[in-house]
Amino acid sequence: MIVFDRPHALADLPMHYCPGCTHGIIHRLVAEVIDELGIEGRTIGIAPVGCSVMAYDYFTCDMIEAAHGRAPAIATGVKRSDPDRHIVFTYQGDGDLASIGMAETVHAAARNENITVIFVNNAIYGMTGGQMAPTSLPGQITQTSPYGRDVNQCGYPIRVCEMLAQLDGPEYLARVTVNSVKEVRRAKAAIKKAFQNQVDKKGFSLVEVLSACPTNWGLTPAAALRWIDEKMIPYYPLGVYKDRSAKKEDEK
Amino acid sequence: MSTTSYLLSGFGGQGILFAGKFLAYKGLVEDKQLSWLPSYGPEMRGGTASCSVIVGDEPVGSPIVSAPDVLVAMNLPSLDRYEAAVVPGGMIVADATLIERKVTRTDVRAFYLPATRLAGEKGLDGLANMILIGKVLKECGGFCRETAEAALHKVISARHADKLQANFEALRLGASL
Amino acid sequence: MAEKVLMKGNEAIAEAAILAGCRHYFGYPITPQTEIAAYMAKKMPLVGGVFLQAESEIAAINMVYGVSATGKRVMTSSSSPGISLKSEGLSYLAGADLPAFVVNVQRGGPGLGGVQPSQADYFQATRGSGHGDYHMIVLAPASVQEMASLTLRGFDLADRYRMTSMILADGTMGQMMEPVTFETGDIQPPPEKPWATVGTDLRRKHNVVNSLSLVPEELERQNFARYERYAQIEEKEPLWESYMMEDADICIAAFGIAARVSKNAITEARRRGIRVGMIRPITLWPFPRAAFRAAAEQVHSIISVELSMGQMIEDVRLAVECRVPVTLCNRAGGMIPSPEQVLCEIEKAAEKENCR
Repeated sequence: MIVFDRPHALADLPMHYCPGCTHGIIHRLVAEVIDELGIEGRTIGIAPVGCSVMAYDYFTCDMIEAAHGRAPAIATGVKRSDPDRHIVFTYQGDGDLASIGMAETVHAAARNENITVIFVNNAIYGMTGGQMAPTSLPGQITQTSPYGRDVNQCGYPIRVCEMLAQLDGPEYLARVTVNSVKEVRRAKAAIKKAFQNQVDKKGFSLVEVLSACPTNWGLTPAAALRWIDEKMIPYYPLGVYKDRSAKKEDEK
Repeated sequence: MSTTSYLLSGFGGQGILFAGKFLAYKGLVEDKQLSWLPSYGPEMRGGTASCSVIVGDEPVGSPIVSAPDVLVAMNLPSLDRYEAAVVPGGMIVADATLIERKVTRTDVRAFYLPATRLAGEKGLDGLANMILIGKVLKECGGFCRETAEAALHKVISARHADKLQANFEALRLGASL
Repeated sequence: MAEKVLMKGNEAIAEAAILAGCRHYFGYPITPQTEIAAYMAKKMPLVGGVFLQAESEIAAINMVYGVSATGKRVMTSSSSPGISLKSEGLSYLAGADLPAFVVNVQRGGPGLGGVQPSQADYFQATRGSGHGDYHMIVLAPASVQEMASLTLRGFDLADRYRMTSMILADGTMGQMMEPVTFETGDIQPPPEKPWATVGTDLRRKHNVVNSLSLVPEELERQNFARYERYAQIEEKEPLWESYMMEDADICIAAFGIAARVSKNAITEARRRGIRVGMIRPITLWPFPRAAFRAAAEQVHSIISVELSMGQMIEDVRLAVECRVPVTLCNRAGGMIPSPEQVLCEIEKAAEKENCR
């Protein structure tokens, strides 16, 4: 009896991610959800610029590679091309989504564009070698904040879920992590909801996943998972920041 | 003259572009070659508005009218700015309600109509432009009821059909002066 | 024959795009082309299409990228500063070999510049506008009728060659009204697009729309293949109008509104006994080099009339390879050369070359 297999929506390829990187887990969760909802044949994924730039190789659904930060705008075009058929998701990192692509993110959310956004927040630019990200923590040492992020000089990290929750537009905003089995299961539930919302035509659903970057954090994989608990979650509390449909249910 | 170039100029809100469109549609109805070119940009918001119209039998070259055969001036700045540009032998039609001075040139035909005052008196509010155009039609080959009506039907959308009659009256009033 | 209607150039583009089967428009307001967006906002819902005002020019071109990736006809329009913003997307469209239709109703620059007509984005349009080796097909209408007919052609060319085709107009062309007819007889249905990302239906390997290629040998191969396609376009697609060139001693080179102004000057010069004609490029890329090359065997000199500091003149000079002198007659910053200015240049040339 097979008890554990590769999801159909995940290609049978070795991934290029570093040891201890959690992109692989998140890819797998997305693929499992696509399988479980039976939507692979009509799903189009949008890959970002960043470590997950080659996500287009790892998913077996149709894929589009976007310019840096523009994935929500491209997703808008793909969705509007055939809104009843296309299931569209973007997979974006923190630099892509919260820095260069902030306008596209905010406006797609404000329009309640019926797409699913997987936002991988690891508080650093990975692909370019560990520079300060819009989500790098105060005091965090990176290649471009070698003395620690000085909030007086370069401002504070952006809490994307909390910020987008101020908008009337979006349907669902949740922050999860994948640094333990329990959290992985929770993350999958959130991702599944974010896709189910799109199938149900409920609108813009974003799942922020706190993710580990041992290479650029300068930690072992195990220490990096602990760093999420100790440093990231206090600044970026896990939870559901908006769930319009659930709220409506409660009000009934 | 097989081609006539018109320059219409006044304040934004006086219906300069509309009057130009009427001339253009009249050309269309008569199966002429034509072009209509407005001034555009921020100056349109209450500043000076002008409009170039060319109607003739030959294909229109440049749509920009820098030396008009006919100048319709609806305010003093327009007359000051364009009087010298009118071709010798050309025509200037001015709204005498808003322009106190006379045309200084002697090599053009000049007509002064108190169009704004007349429009007010005759219940044709906002149609000083069409009174002046009526005069232009009369002096350029005569006022033709059919083409004027046909052009008005094209330039005035169905939504504003109630304005057709007043526009026609304004044209006829201008043509009678 | 279709009915003759009076329309602004901008509106003619919008109407023609809908006739061409475009059902998706994305744009951001900017003078002097906003009539296109306004027309689309009104018309698209009536034909089951999508009009969306994007949050920026950058978002708009990427929405275009998204729809194009699904194989459908799609467009955006803007004016000069907005095209600079779209240029990132234009490069990505080229890299991913996606068809798109883009309109630039040019205004004076650089920077915020002004809102009056200009042709100063000639370099930007004909040299690709964004980063990397690529071209766009650039169409230069000189009448409202051509705003319509070149739009129909633009969608067709974009699909046929899987690249961006751009209408390079100017504020005058966008704002003027002229009679126009919409001949729908020769509208081509879009070709099959097996590469489109519309979902695999679990029946095929996934399609990937992509401009990333990290292996230089592979990226080079893609560039060479793309330029083979460009070579075919340069051979098959140049369009131009020859005006009174049969006996011409002097040739005007002008496109768009500059060509309209030049026609007035040519009429007057001919009245004065100077044999002058004009070659009006209708495609700026591919540039009608052969036409100018042939003219160089016939005329004594060429005058490039432009609403810029002299941009197309470089292509004219490249085409004639120093066989005849090429001079510039120009205005810039939103000003338009007058027929008198062009006439003056023609007379100077006639004097110099002793060909009156």
